[in-house]
Amino acid sequence: MTLEEFFNMGGYAPYVWSSYAIALVVLLFNLLSPLLHHRKLLAQLARRAKRARSTQ
Amino acid sequence: MMRFFHQLASPKYFYRFAGRLIPWLGVLCLGFMLVGLYQGLWVAPTDYQQGDSYRIMFIHVPAAWMSMFVYMVMAGAGAIGLIWHIKLAEIMAISSAHIGASFTFLALITGSIWGKPMWGAWWVWDARLTSELILLFLYLGVIALYNAVEDKRTAARATSILALVGVVNIPIIHYSVEWWNTLHQGPTVTKFDTPSIDLRMLIPLLLMAVAFKLFYAVVVLMRARVEILQRERNSQWVLDLGDST
Repeated sequence: MTLEEFFNMGGYAPYVWSSYAIALVVLLFNLLSPLLHHRKLLAQLARRAKRARSTQ
Repeated sequence: MMRFFHQLASPKYFYRFAGRLIPWLGVLCLGFMLVGLYQGLWVAPTDYQQGDSYRIMFIHVPAAWMSMFVYMVMAGAGAIGLIWHIKLAEIMAISSAHIGASFTFLALITGSIWGKPMWGAWWVWDARLTSELILLFLYLGVIALYNAVEDKRTAARATSILALVGVVNIPIIHYSVEWWNTLHQGPTVTKFDTPSIDLRMLIPLLLMAVAFKLFYAVVVLMRARVEILQRERNSQWVLDLGDST
């Protein structure tokens, strides 16, 4: 198989590659959504701890 | 051994244990996925009937398998939470719901994209497609119900019951291609006695299936950790976590 044939997918390129692109987006969303949420929570906790220290 | 499981059920230990496990599972998942993609997109031969469009299978089928597998995990964890009031089980159940919904969405949309060149239609009201769509609505119902109830313990109980009622849909999806005359093709892999699929196509399919399962393990643990932090935000160990950063 040549690289050109690979990208062409026997004429089904729009169907095959759009499927894989959507899969990538769905997987990335699943990965990033808890990652960013976790970061935000940890930052909140750090702020809270800092406040607690400064009022003592 | 029992002590290990007992400790693991405590949110604090689970948070740490999952945190250590995630990177390993992530690396393993990436490995399976890269080899699976290489085998599936490059090595596997062109199908004599469907041309190269069949390569959509390598994401469509694992996503569809996972949509059902995750549902069973969610309902199972929900049942454990209902019976033994284990907080961690409730957390695993609701964390699974979001991921399961996204796998179901992926299975439906890639199936639709595959259906267009093969069947000539994006969508048909076929038994397999319709029951899979109902699965998506069940997931969305579980998520909506959980978010609608303020008290998270009550929310978990209500959603577990909904999830358990919805289990009836799983065998319907699985057997739909046998019970009814569907446009969707019958099983080619699960009849292991004579798999009617070329080995060079079967291997990447199984690799991708393992990769998707590992991916689920990674993201469900990540989501569970976030959920634990939110629920336990006033307990001392979480406050200490903020102190150390």
